[in-house]
Amino acid sequence: MLKYTPDHEWLRAEGDEIVVGITAHASEQLGDVVFIELPEVGREVAQGEEIVVIESVKAASDIVAPVAGTITAVNDALADAPGDVNADAMAAWFFRIRPADGVSLDSFMDEAAYQALTG
Amino acid sequence: MTELRRTPLYDLHIELGARMVPFAGWEMPVQYPMGVLGEHLHTRKAAGLFDVSHMGQVILRGEDAAQALERLVPADIMGLARGRQRYGLFTNDKGGILDDLMVAAKGDHLLLVVNAACAEQDIAHMTEAGLTPEVVTDRALLALQGPGAEAALAALVPAAADLRFMDAADLAWDGGTLWVSRSGYTGEDGFEISIHESRAVDFARALLAQEGVAPIGLGARDSLRLEAGLPLYGHDMDAGVTPAQAGLGWSIPKVRRAGGAREGGFPGAGVILPELGHAERTRRGLRPEGRAPIREGTPVFAGAEGGEPIGRVTSGGFGPSIGAPVAMAVLPADIPEGATVYAELRGKRLPAAVAPMPFVKPTYKR
Repeated sequence: MLKYTPDHEWLRAEGDEIVVGITAHASEQLGDVVFIELPEVGREVAQGEEIVVIESVKAASDIVAPVAGTITAVNDALADAPGDVNADAMAAWFFRIRPADGVSLDSFMDEAAYQALTG
Repeated sequence: MTELRRTPLYDLHIELGARMVPFAGWEMPVQYPMGVLGEHLHTRKAAGLFDVSHMGQVILRGEDAAQALERLVPADIMGLARGRQRYGLFTNDKGGILDDLMVAAKGDHLLLVVNAACAEQDIAHMTEAGLTPEVVTDRALLALQGPGAEAALAALVPAAADLRFMDAADLAWDGGTLWVSRSGYTGEDGFEISIHESRAVDFARALLAQEGVAPIGLGARDSLRLEAGLPLYGHDMDAGVTPAQAGLGWSIPKVRRAGGAREGGFPGAGVILPELGHAERTRRGLRPEGRAPIREGTPVFAGAEGGEPIGRVTSGGFGPSIGAPVAMAVLPADIPEGATVYAELRGKRLPAAVAPMPFVKPTYKR
């Protein structure tokens, strides 16, 4: 079941981890992505911490950690093919995070709520 | 806030799916559905049609127009043959650059094309100097750029193929007159075409119907000119940057330099002329290592640690044709080509090689 953040990230729970990417809406707004800097595996992050840099042809932007936790994996393939984000945003995951104790995804938007947000 | 102006092609941009943005007081297409990257590559491979109607088109009439303009622009305008075009700069008393412009000799008048953001100031500047600029308000300006530009335009106007780089001519199309020059600002062969606003949409549609011609927005225009090593006013040069510092000393010919027949006689000559060939700082190309774009304003350092910045990036981004970031920065002139400098991005110093420009070889038809 997918959840969405107000920062246009999608979150997919897999076991005790969350896979994180950005939405197609976000990738369209960014334009062609040309560079992605991913966090180090093992890094402990706070909710809202800027942990990914995305550079499009237009500008730089950040992706924040949607929840507090530990980065368990990153999609290194994106560094060489950042355009994958534009080609298929739902397939181009950025990182996996193991949430800190007590973190729940319940408060994030579901598909319908996110669609309503982006119109 | 004043209302944004729209070019005669506004409705066509909307129809073509453009994303419109405010630019220098105009509502302009920054990209079409193809996207900046695709539009950039398309222009280098086929042909791109740009709406540059926001740029100022200005006519100077009279036999003394060239002589009068030389009082403001350190270029050889009196020696500009009819049907030829030239690049030049408006300078100020301190030796800085007020704007850059193209001047075409059209027989009984000069046709100037100036930057949109500077047009009003340029016109006031010329008027104060005793010139009588006539602002063209009823014509659109299109740029058709890329290896397919000649075939596309010649299909509508065969004589366009006879023009060489920096030629300018009036050519007939379907009962109207096009003011055509073989020039542009992408590093590609191509044309800039002024056309009456009443025919602009028909003409643009006729070009877009030619094989390989796609509409291109301002986003790709910027990355194309960056790869071509072409400076942009307000970024790589401004009122505080001299021609030598901007790497534009080449636009000042011998005849206007010290010892030339028409030496000086333009604002800031006392600063500008002695500096030619001796600038301590000048605009240099940078090829950052890795993939991270280094953008305008990024400080540049001589070493990987410590020290004060030796300059700043004036334009930078991703070069789609190169597949890597490229940038321009004003740096000490004595840094050798190939030397490594460091751009500080997000607290990290990233190495970049000082590189020759243009980054992409121009394909002008000389």
